[in-house]
Amino acid sequence: MRVLVCVKRVPAPGAKINITDDGQAVDATNLGHTMSPHEECALELAVQLVEAHGGESHVLTLGVAEADEQCRWAASIGVTKATLVDVGTMGWDPQRTATALTDAIRSIEEADGPFDVIIFGNESADTGGFQVGIRTARALDRPMVNAIKGVSISDDGATLEAQREIDSGMEVYRLPMPCAIGVKEGITWPRYPTMRGRLASKKLAVDVAGSDAAPGGQTMVRLNRPEETVSETVILGEGAAAAPAVVELLKELGLWS
Amino acid sequence: MSVLVVVEHDRGAMADASLEAFVFARSIADQLGEPVEALLIGADAAGLADVCAAHGAVAVHHAPIAGDYGPEAYGMVIASLAPVLSPSGIVACGTDRGNEVLAHAAAELDLPFVANCVAVTAADEWELTRVQWGGSLNEEARLTSTLPIVSVAHHAVDAEEASAGATANVMEHIVELPEWASRSLIQDRVVLSEGLTLATAPIVVGGGRGVGSAEGFDVLEALAAKLGGVVGCSRAVTNNGWRPHSDQVGQTGTRIAPQLYIACGISGAIQHWVGAKAAKKILAINTDPAANMVVKADYAVIGDLFEVLPAIEQG
Ligand SMILES: Cc1cc2nc3c(=O)[nH]c(=O)nc-3n(C[C@H](O)[C@H](O)[C@H](O)COP(=O)(O)OP(=O)(O)OC[C@H]3O[C@@H](n4cnc5c(N)ncnc54)[C@H](O)[C@@H]3O)c2cc1C
Ligand SMILES: Nc1ncnc2c1ncn2[C@@H]1O[C@H](COP(=O)(O)O)[C@@H](O)[C@H]1O
Repeated sequence: MRVLVCVKRVPAPGAKINITDDGQAVDATNLGHTMSPHEECALELAVQLVEAHGGESHVLTLGVAEADEQCRWAASIGVTKATLVDVGTMGWDPQRTATALTDAIRSIEEADGPFDVIIFGNESADTGGFQVGIRTARALDRPMVNAIKGVSISDDGATLEAQREIDSGMEVYRLPMPCAIGVKEGITWPRYPTMRGRLASKKLAVDVAGSDAAPGGQTMVRLNRPEETVSETVILGEGAAAAPAVVELLKELGLWS
Repeated sequence: MSVLVVVEHDRGAMADASLEAFVFARSIADQLGEPVEALLIGADAAGLADVCAAHGAVAVHHAPIAGDYGPEAYGMVIASLAPVLSPSGIVACGTDRGNEVLAHAAAELDLPFVANCVAVTAADEWELTRVQWGGSLNEEARLTSTLPIVSVAHHAVDAEEASAGATANVMEHIVELPEWASRSLIQDRVVLSEGLTLATAPIVVGGGRGVGSAEGFDVLEALAAKLGGVVGCSRAVTNNGWRPHSDQVGQTGTRIAPQLYIACGISGAIQHWVGAKAAKKILAINTDPAANMVVKADYAVIGDLFEVLPAIEQG
């Protein structure tokens, strides 16, 4: 089975996210970089699928040259091939990104053969456009369902069963392979890199490509911090002694019976 | 011309989120001086026309395709009807289904799609405010498109009926879908809980790293049971394996909007906060009076959750 995972390099923010003075980006000074938790789980899923069914896993990223780091992270947990589309910026809009990823996937498939499964995150951690995976899958004519939290492959290898968590349980989709899915955190439990994994990541050969995809119709003007209604916090007390005040509050809100 | 709302429903049951989409669509339609219309997809959605009318739709378009929900089929219905209905904008709510259906439609039409907006200034070019980082930041964006397609961030506006409810004029549209569109229909459903869930419970008792262990959640479970609520948690908790990921509140977990969120031993990192901020009231219980959660909450108790929670439970 050949499995591709698309991941996006993003700043690793702490408890607060700061913006640069010109409002054009997240202030990444003193921050490391990472990828969405959804995508970390997607990488783990790819490695598990290959462990179970044989084959090869491949990571694809588009952005700046430093996204090499995210490719090597993927290799450290067991992904064996990597392609970086270096466009010198993280600022490409979703349509442009999807076009470039589609082109990259086409050329990887021409060289190495078609992918059985292409895995995306449900949404990227930063811009969260909820569409790059869907656009790419449509362009490649693969069935695609987003928000997936469980998968299994049928015995004959022809169908991927994908589960979506909803309020009351699960929806089950059965996609003919080759197919694409967008996954959510919780679908797998990402492993930590082993010593051997770290070595493999150092040796990984990352294929670097470019792209001449045209811009789409959505343009970022600037980032702002959302306005927050700062309410004065009412301190109801300290320790167990505060319990009566909490019960009083619950009664006031009509939540105590 | 009109602003078209794509109505989300599950086998004929209207999703509450759709009502938010109507409110958002009305605000855009008012700017344009146009009416709101609604699109119902699926034979099972026929009964929803009156609700659409009450929420401001002067016309309801119904595409009675057979079968359960499927993102590709629904996306193709929108893409096929867009040139027929020629709306000046398409709106849905930014839920799992809303966002994916609009993304499929936009991909098919080769048009932009802007997810999770909170405000729109509609003119020749639309200017939008949308959320990034799951709601931690706002992005001002410009949209160049012959047909703006946008979703409104879930919980960004409150659902409200239109002041002048109309009697909707229902129009049926027969859409021939390509065979491939049915490859991603729901094939099965697994029912796990009939009762309260994180997304719908009136009270959520949330626990963070401060709970310290899986067993530590017993006191949260006890209080939740007493109050008729459910337990939620932070990512620190799911990362430690103390609770399943389905309990996680936040950017990569569930967005909750209960009457009251009781956040115990949770520091209030922005990625957690964005999933909790739609709660009507928030009560933080934390040993650290300077914790973000305490500072941002409506109410707080400073102290050890293992002393405070049992005392509340006993009344
Ligand atoms: C892209 C991205 C997505 C993310 N998505 C999510 C998400 O969906 N949900 C989420 O929660 N996080 C998310 N995070 C992680 C987030 O940044 C924080 O790391 C996480 O929320 C911290 O969890 P916590 O508050 O439980 O732990 P901590 O920050 O360690 O806080 C523990 C708190 O417990 C208090 N405490 C300790 N002992 C006690 C006691 N006995 N009684 C009372 N209080 C006590 C402490 O004072 C402290 O405030 C995400 C991060 C990234 C980068
Ligand atoms: N620059 C990128 N490089 C690689 N994959 C990406 C990129 N942007 C988005 N993706 C993939 O598409 C998914 C959805 O992204 P988005 O549409 O931005 O929410 C992400 O979780 C990634 O899997």
